[in-house]
Amino acid sequence: MVSLLVNGKKKDVTLDPSTPLLWVLRDHLGLIGTKFGCGIAQCGACTVHVDGVARRSCVTPVSEVADKSITTIEGLSADGSHPVQRAWAELDVVQCGYCQSGQIMSAAALLAATPNPSDADIDTALNGNICRCGTYQRVRAAVHRAAKLNKVD
Amino acid sequence: MEILPNLSRRDFIKTSALVAGGLVIAFVVPGVRRFALAAPPAANKLPAPNAFLRVGNDGVITVLLAHSEMGQGVWTALPMLIAEELDADWSKIKVEHAPASTLYAHTAYGMQMTGGSSSTWSEFDRYRQIGALARTLLVQAAAQRFGVDAAACRTENGKVIAGAQHASYGELAELAATLPVPENVTLKNPKDWKIIGKPTKRLDTPEKITGRAQFGIDVQFPGLLTAVVARAPVFGAKVKAFDARKANLVPGVVNVVQVPSGVAVIAEHFWAAKLGRDALQIEWEQPANAPVDSVTLREQYHKLAETPGTAAAQTGDAISALKTASKILDVEYAVPYLAHAPMEPLNCTVRVSTDKCEIWTGTQFQGMDQQIAAQLTGFKPEQVEIHTTFLGGGFGRRANPAADFVTEAVQVAQAAKAAVKTVWSREDDIHGGYYRPAYLHRARIRMGANGKPVAWHHTIVGQSIVAGTVLEGMLVKNGIDATSVEGVADSPYIKSVADHRVDLHSPKNSVPVLWWRSVGHSHTAFVMETLIDELAHVAGKDPVAYRRDFLKKHPRHLGVLNLVAKKSGWGTSLPAGRARGVAVHESFGSFVAEVAEVSVEKGQIRVHRVVCAIDCGVAVNPETIVAQMESGIAFGLSAGLFSALHFKDGRVQEANFNDYRVLRLNEMPKVEVHIVASSAKSGGVGEVGVPPIAPAVANAVAALTGKRLRELPLTLPS
Ligand code: FES
Ligand code: FES
Repeated sequence: MVSLLVNGKKKDVTLDPSTPLLWVLRDHLGLIGTKFGCGIAQCGACTVHVDGVARRSCVTPVSEVADKSITTIEGLSADGSHPVQRAWAELDVVQCGYCQSGQIMSAAALLAATPNPSDADIDTALNGNICRCGTYQRVRAAVHRAAKLNKVD
Repeated sequence: MEILPNLSRRDFIKTSALVAGGLVIAFVVPGVRRFALAAPPAANKLPAPNAFLRVGNDGVITVLLAHSEMGQGVWTALPMLIAEELDADWSKIKVEHAPASTLYAHTAYGMQMTGGSSSTWSEFDRYRQIGALARTLLVQAAAQRFGVDAAACRTENGKVIAGAQHASYGELAELAATLPVPENVTLKNPKDWKIIGKPTKRLDTPEKITGRAQFGIDVQFPGLLTAVVARAPVFGAKVKAFDARKANLVPGVVNVVQVPSGVAVIAEHFWAAKLGRDALQIEWEQPANAPVDSVTLREQYHKLAETPGTAAAQTGDAISALKTASKILDVEYAVPYLAHAPMEPLNCTVRVSTDKCEIWTGTQFQGMDQQIAAQLTGFKPEQVEIHTTFLGGGFGRRANPAADFVTEAVQVAQAAKAAVKTVWSREDDIHGGYYRPAYLHRARIRMGANGKPVAWHHTIVGQSIVAGTVLEGMLVKNGIDATSVEGVADSPYIKSVADHRVDLHSPKNSVPVLWWRSVGHSHTAFVMETLIDELAHVAGKDPVAYRRDFLKKHPRHLGVLNLVAKKSGWGTSLPAGRARGVAVHESFGSFVAEVAEVSVEKGQIRVHRVVCAIDCGVAVNPETIVAQMESGIAFGLSAGLFSALHFKDGRVQEANFNDYRVLRLNEMPKVEVHIVASSAKSGGVGEVGVPPIAPAVANAVAALTGKRLRELPLTLPS
């Protein structure tokens, strides 16, 4: 059995401790907002926060994050009101939407560590998040916008 | 004003006794194969979502989409069409995917589907008519209630108003549902449009920024199992024998079954199914045909291009004209196989019961999927229920005449006798076929004294994407698959040449191929637009001025070309180490020109800025059009700079995003989009941004380095 702290709630799961966190979230805890895109830490669709830091859940064995604080897109805000989500809505970023949980989680982790990111900071923090719909230009603009919204809040 | 002619009553199906009362409208466009309503079903039997529009007593307007939302924005654009005519309160609009039914057949293609950049133009009339019909009924209801003439009523923001009296659509819905269907409806004059043409934010954003949006891969219900399938490592190979003992030992694995495509491991959840799949031992029976090899294939195509093919276009006698010429440009172009690699790996959930087959998936091809699932299960098509989820990208991969991922999922569920979600890994997707075919072009061109081509012989070699499919009879004419030559055979450049000929070879091999965002234009625009640029260079002319000369009788090409030249600062100087390249191309009824600004850093091409001009006729949602141009440019840059599949011994060498490279955020140029104001019939938007980008970049690279790159992805010799 592995004990997890997901979005502030304690969860006990009984499974093979080498199971990637991604599949524990999706298949065992029903948190389907975190997505599977590659399984090898190449696309960022599965990004969650572990103790506030962006992590690729597809290559993170669940045993590694036992008792650490895990935040998924569902836990970022109760109602889509996180500054990153508001900026995303303002700039109409999403297209198919599949990569966007990961984009948003990467952006939120970046802003938590670097409240005023430069374009170069954004490139570094988000070039691991592939978007096949090509929303990159809006992602970049929305990260800047979220940085501004953060200050207002 | 448009008045719909001769709408007979049976074109509208309207019923009241539904979800919480209210008005429900289903609608069949005259002339399209009709929904088989021999006798109208009793109102309470009609499945609730079997309609285009529902006006609830609570005022919520539910729009049912006959097309799939895969990022391109139909979730917003089609409701805009209805809301315009309905004078709806935009904040009350709710959207759902329609179920699979012939009721939702594509107005031009006769089958329920999303593709060919056709959703908006093909629904432009139907969705507006539905809105107008509902408005008419609501006005009549209000007139009755207010005791006034319908002519005394006006509508605004979800209300009917007559003098001092007013009522919301929700209040009127029930009464409206009892009224007779009008014989015809009148559509607004475009000058009165309030919603069409207004940049409108997406309606699917709230669920997509919170993780609530449901994609096919997210389908969950009690008892649902997950399958991962081991498929043939070489196309056409069949399972000879397999050993599932190790797979069965994986905790969570519940079953291992053989299906025509391979061996499926079925488990309680994905990870167990994947581990089980990886633990399978399978002996494959190799197919009889020689394994595909990229190097050999290239040689074979090169040789074929030297032989006469089937003429796709011909005027004069290009072959003789080139025989006697002393100086000709003789060039060869090549593009590789490409995977669509939508962000959401393929998946499909199937539950077969005694009286129906239920399917949950993100598909672009409900019409075909339903037919094929019916054949597999022995049900009537109506007994196959398709629940379309959001699509995590499609790009053509989820519109397969062979319905491969649906077929397999039905077979898995049947073999397992359980409800099963079949999920593909990324490796399965990259290896799974249905690629954009590899193509080779050879062009032989003789220039005249005026610096323009006087003879042009163009040969295209590559697999037909429809050969061997049910669409072959419809789409292949006189041996020509139009999708292989579109953009060349109808090119305004080639057509202006007195002696020209376009030849096609459609060789066959075992690699399954399919349309890929922008289809034939994904290679033909690259070839034609870099060729014309090269001819401009040979002629010593400016590339924009040279093109203008060919496009005099093509005002819409010319319009976007001139606009992009102006907005990009064409002809003005750039910092050292940078250059611009241009391309203009027509596809799917729209015209797009792009200028790319590039540099070369450590041998790598970098695209800094792209200016795009589009004329797509009436622009329904400019916000979506801009987003789709950004999207098409990014998608085209992936193919233009990075992506390629290579075959060795029949096996695809790439497997995931580490070696099947696509554009990343740090490689995204700054994109500026300009829309030409137009009242012409709407053209497509979803695909049309793709074709011009690779040639615009290649032309910029040629301007910068003097090197003409004739293969994709563009690679500078080291
Ligand atoms: S699924 Fe984890 S990085 Fe792609
Ligand atoms: S929005 Fe479709 S992959 Fe990013």
